[in-house]
Parts: sequence; structure tokens; C-alpha cells
Amino acid sequence: MRVALFLTCVNDTLYPDTGRAVVKLLTRLGVDVDFPMAQTCCGQAHYNTGYRHETEPLARHFSDVFGGYEAIVTPSGSCAAMVRELYPRMGERARAEGRGDSLARTLAPVVPKTYELTEFLVDVLGVTDVGAWFPHKVTYHPTCHGLRGLGLGDRPRRLLEAVKGLELVELPGAEECCGFGGTFALKNADVSAAMGADKVRAAESTGAQVLCAADNSCLMHIGGTMSRLRTAMRPVHIAEILASTEEEPAV
Amino acid sequence: MSGTFVGMPAFPEAAREAVGNATLRGNLRHATHTIRAKRARAVAELSDWAELREAGRRIKDHTLRHLDRYLEQLEESVTAAGGTVHWAADAEEANRIVTDLVRATGESEVVKVKSMATQEIGLNEALEAAGIRAYETDLAELIVQLGKDRPSHILVPAIHRNRGEIRDIFTEEMGTWGRPAPEGLTDTPAELAEAARLHLREKFLRAKVGISGANFMVAETGTLVVVESEGNGRMCLTLPETLISVVGIEKVVPSWRDLEVFLQTLPRSSTAERMNPYTSMWTGTTDGDGPSTFHLVLLDNGRTDTLADTVGRQALRCIRCSACLNVCPVYERAGGHAYGSVYPGPIGAILSPQLRGTASEIDASLPYASSLCGACYEVCPVAIDIPEVLVHLRERVAEGGPAVRQGNRVLLKPAKGHAAERAAVRAARWALAHPAALRTGQRLASRTRRLHPRTLPGPGRAWTGTRDLPPVPAEPFRDWWQRTHGGKDTSK
Repeated sequence: MRVALFLTCVNDTLYPDTGRAVVKLLTRLGVDVDFPMAQTCCGQAHYNTGYRHETEPLARHFSDVFGGYEAIVTPSGSCAAMVRELYPRMGERARAEGRGDSLARTLAPVVPKTYELTEFLVDVLGVTDVGAWFPHKVTYHPTCHGLRGLGLGDRPRRLLEAVKGLELVELPGAEECCGFGGTFALKNADVSAAMGADKVRAAESTGAQVLCAADNSCLMHIGGTMSRLRTAMRPVHIAEILASTEEEPAV
Repeated sequence: MSGTFVGMPAFPEAAREAVGNATLRGNLRHATHTIRAKRARAVAELSDWAELREAGRRIKDHTLRHLDRYLEQLEESVTAAGGTVHWAADAEEANRIVTDLVRATGESEVVKVKSMATQEIGLNEALEAAGIRAYETDLAELIVQLGKDRPSHILVPAIHRNRGEIRDIFTEEMGTWGRPAPEGLTDTPAELAEAARLHLREKFLRAKVGISGANFMVAETGTLVVVESEGNGRMCLTLPETLISVVGIEKVVPSWRDLEVFLQTLPRSSTAERMNPYTSMWTGTTDGDGPSTFHLVLLDNGRTDTLADTVGRQALRCIRCSACLNVCPVYERAGGHAYGSVYPGPIGAILSPQLRGTASEIDASLPYASSLCGACYEVCPVAIDIPEVLVHLRERVAEGGPAVRQGNRVLLKPAKGHAAERAAVRAARWALAHPAALRTGQRLASRTRRLHPRTLPGPGRAWTGTRDLPPVPAEPFRDWWQRTHGGKDTSK
């Protein structure tokens, strides 16, 4: 099976380790991975800040780049939710504004083929044990767009539970937002920081060494808060845990 | 809406104080988490919750689509039952109508049932200016009124107060409004409730005029419905000679059958009760029973304009249960006052900028008072997609666009203060539409990474004030991919 990796602009620029982990993991599972070099960004930050019209060219570009692939896999629940939930809505809005079906038609091919990583592993490849080894105490934060937008359910937990050596501990108030919310973190910095600090305290109370999530944007906010609060815990993307093996352990 | 909120600062500024107030945050966290857990249990008891939610959504959408027809039917039914219907286009007109009606009775005081509509129009203040004293009789509203405070929650207006604070308010203020608090009042809930009961009892027995809102209005019979927990509402609805009800036009439902759905979803969503303790229904007037005069004031105040917006109109489905407030992480930290309206929390963030427009600083900031986590949509018993409307209203603030104001189509300009942001968004969009430009930017960031400051100037300061930035990696992913996988550079 040949899939396109949509890494997302944030991961490409700031978290290349997550991208390398996805390539390693999927290759190990027999998947042929391509990284279309023309990819940039799904446009979520633009859209959610209120710039729908500025988002349309980015969505069209996304479709041009990825439209030809059988499946598009992304290690971000948030960006997957953008494509799957909001691209169709953008198409509808353009139609309602009397601009015809052009946008909806352009975006339609990528919508059903875009998968968040854990969803792709469980639903498409049908695996929960990916042969990973990660001997640490881990707590899992289900990010909002993955949890409520995509409905990832217990897929990430099932994958983590099958990792050898990993001890999964429950995060109190797991389903509460960490406070990142894209530009919310800048526009409402005080509330965002308070939410982040509460999330970090809840994570600390578990005694875990690692806080894991399926979105690096949320982890950037939580990790940045951990660093400032001098918390002895590190944020790790789930792809890096699933890619980790005894031969090549994640740091 | 209410004049008390004019000139509010933008949400982030108003929220800052609340975030720093440990007592307030403790009160709010405790209260919202308690009711949140209870609600989840009450909802889980019903195997057909999803169907009830969908039924509620459909009834509301159907009614809103034919609102003109149902309102005319309602007017006919209320009139036939002996009531009088008044139409109020805005807050000013509604206040004038009510003031004139009270004056016509010759009375100078009224008792009130808790009502969001009368708070929205600032009725108490308008009555006061006309020399009429309005007494709130709901316990939490009484606390807010005595404390010269503002409500901070739709259902629990005094949620931000703890028992000790309430005892102090009762002891200091009750005497100036009527029967004083008993000597040596403590902060036990039973004693506080008894003090309120005694204080209110003399008002119920004296009042000649009652003012209420309504949770529902049934078009086919002209029946109004109030659901409440304390029984004070029933006193106000039955004891006075004159009853004036001020109700938003969106509260109409076609038939009694429709109530079946909402009388299940409303109490479970709001107070986590299977059924609310008091459900009062009144239809016009009846000789020898209840008020002999009944006036219904139908309030528009921005609702027709909201109805004209295809995305935003779903806010009018709201049945004011406040479940969205109790699950909202932003409300929990910022408190209700920061929203600058009698409608706080997620529903307030979409309702106020639609009812009032986005011209003021507070209204333009409300659509951004959310991390779009989606918890509000998940609990909403009438399935209002609050995140969708928030983003839609952000678009109105950031890009401008068509809207309806006082019945006229207008083209709104972007709100002030968004020019720099818009320029940045456009520049980012350009770079993101040109992979080569993005790549150049990434490489530049990687090569200069040792020079990056720990704290950022300008808008970035909002981030680095409380959080450390991640270090920029030595090599962006796409360079690694090309180096290791020989990926052909298809960047344009």
C-alpha cells in the first residue's frame, strides 16, 4: 500500500522527529510512504481565526498535492479534522455564496482519504500491536479535535496498551482542553496559560514520566508550560512511542 | 442589551482579573465540576438521549423557519384567552411598554420571576428610573440584587459567590430592601435559605404586579410555561392581580406535544434533575383564579436579524439550560462577568455578538473567547454547533461581510485592530501557497536557531510570558527527507 504522508507545517518546521517516526513506523508495517514535497499547510489556523477566504487557496493546494493518493496519513488529529470536517463545510459555504461547486469538487477527493495516524493504523491496517517497545510510565492526553472532532475514541489507548514495557496511567480530567486552541493561545494568553498549567498539574499528579498526545501543537503548549514550571516530565508524540523499538529506542 | 455592560473592555482584558482571583476560580471550579458530573449521570439514565436531542433540534428549527406563522397563532390564542399581546422591537420599546403597564396599575413595586429576557433589556434599571422598585425573588438573583452585583451564570447567577459572602450580603443589605436578616445569621445553607424565605414572603403577599419571562410559549393554546426549582416563580405567577410576561420571540413552540421533549432535556441539562420541581403554565386569565390581567410582551431585540443569518441562527434554538457554561474550560477560568453580557459562556459568546452586533470592543472579542474544544457542542441538548458559529462570527470580525441589522442588509467592515493580523495572515497564506518560499523560511529559521531569543517581542510575548518555545531543529523534515529518500524537489 502506498500512502502520502501529510506531515503538517508545524511538524515539518518544528518537530521533524515526529515525521521520521511516522516514516519508520509505517515502513516497518509494510507501508510504502511518500512525502509529496509540494505540501505546505491545511489552512486550519487561517480558518479558525476567521479568514475563510484566505484558507481556500491553501485547501485547493492541499487537494492538488494529495488528490492522487490512495490514502493520506497525518500525525495530527487537528489537521485531519480540518480536512475531513471543515473542507466539506468550506465547499458548502462557497456554494451558498453563489460561487458554484468548483471548491467543493476540488476538495472532495481528499476528504474521505485523509486519516489521522492512529485511525489509519487501527482502521485501515487493522493493527493495535505495532511491535513497539517503550519502557516508561506514560499518561495520554486526548486532544480536543481528535477526541470530539474525529472521534478517535480508544484507538490511541489500545495502541499504547500494546506497547511492550509501557505503563499507561490515567490522566485526571483527560478530556479537558489543554488551552492551546491555535491563535487562542495568543489572543487569550491568560486563560490559555491557566488551562495549560491545570493540565500540567493533572499530568504531574499521575507520576508519569511522559505525557503523550497525537498532536504536536497541543504538546508544544503543554511542553512549553512544563518547561516553564520546571516539571520533570516530557511531552512525546504518540508516533515516536509507536516507532520506538528495543533496537532503536526513542530517546 | 442591558446598559450595565456598556463600555466593557475586550474579553481577554476582562478575563485577566478573574484568572488571577484564586477564590473566584475555586468557587467556579467547584460549582461547575459538581454540576457537570451530576448532569452526565442524569443524561446517561436516558437510553434515547440522542433522539431527544435530535427531536429538540428539529422542533426548534421547524419553529424558527415558520416563526412568523407561529407568532401570529400565538397572538390569536393569547388574545382569545383574555390576555393582551404587545410587540417590542428592541430593549427600549420593551422597557417603555412594561413601565407604562405598571404605571397604569398605580403600583410602585413589582415582584419578579427570574428571567433572562428582562435582564437582557435591563428592565430593573429602567423601572428604577421610573420610580418603580423591582424585587427579584429567585434566591440567586436575590443575592445578586442585594449585592449590587451582576449575574455570572445563566442558571446560577451567584455561582461566583460562596456561603460566607452570601451571609455577609444578607446581613448588610436585606434591611434596606425589606425584612432584615435574622440576628446571628450563620453561613449554613438552611439558615441562609430561611432568611431569604422570610424576606421574600412579605413581598409575595404584598405585591399587586408580577413580572416574569417564560421558558416556552405554546402557539396552539397561548399557554406560557415557566420551569423552576424554588416555588418563588409560582408565587409571583399566581398571587398578584396583574402579570406581565416579557418573552423572546424564539421561545414559541407549535404545540403541547413539543413540550414533552424539552421538559425532559431542559432539567437534566441544567440542574441534573429528572424533572424540575415546579412547572407553571398559564393561559390568559381565568375568573377567580390567578392574575385578572395578563400582558405578554414579545421581544425581538436582535432576534430577527439573527434569524437572517444562515449559520448563526442556530443560536436561537437555545433553551438556556447553561450546560455549555458548566463544561467550558474558558468560562471556568474567566468567570461569567468577563463576557460582558447576561449571557456568559459559550452560548453568550455566540448570542451577544449576534443580538448586539460586533461593533463594540467586547462584542468583537467574544467570538475569540474559546479554544474551540467542542465540549459545548457535545453537551448542548438542542445540538447548537457553537464552535461553528464562533468561527463564522470570527470571520465577520476579521473579514467583514454581509449581515442584517435592524431588518436591513448591510455589508460589515472588518472590526478595528485586525489590519496587522490580516496582513500577517495574507503573507502566511502566500508563503504556504509557495512551497519554495516555505522551505526558504524553514531553512532560515534552522540556520539562525542559536540566535533565537528566549522571549519574544510584540504579539509573541503573549506566548513566552508563561511558556517556553520549542527549539527550532537543525533540519526541517523536508530537507531530511530529500537527503535520505532522494525525494525529488517538486517545490514550485
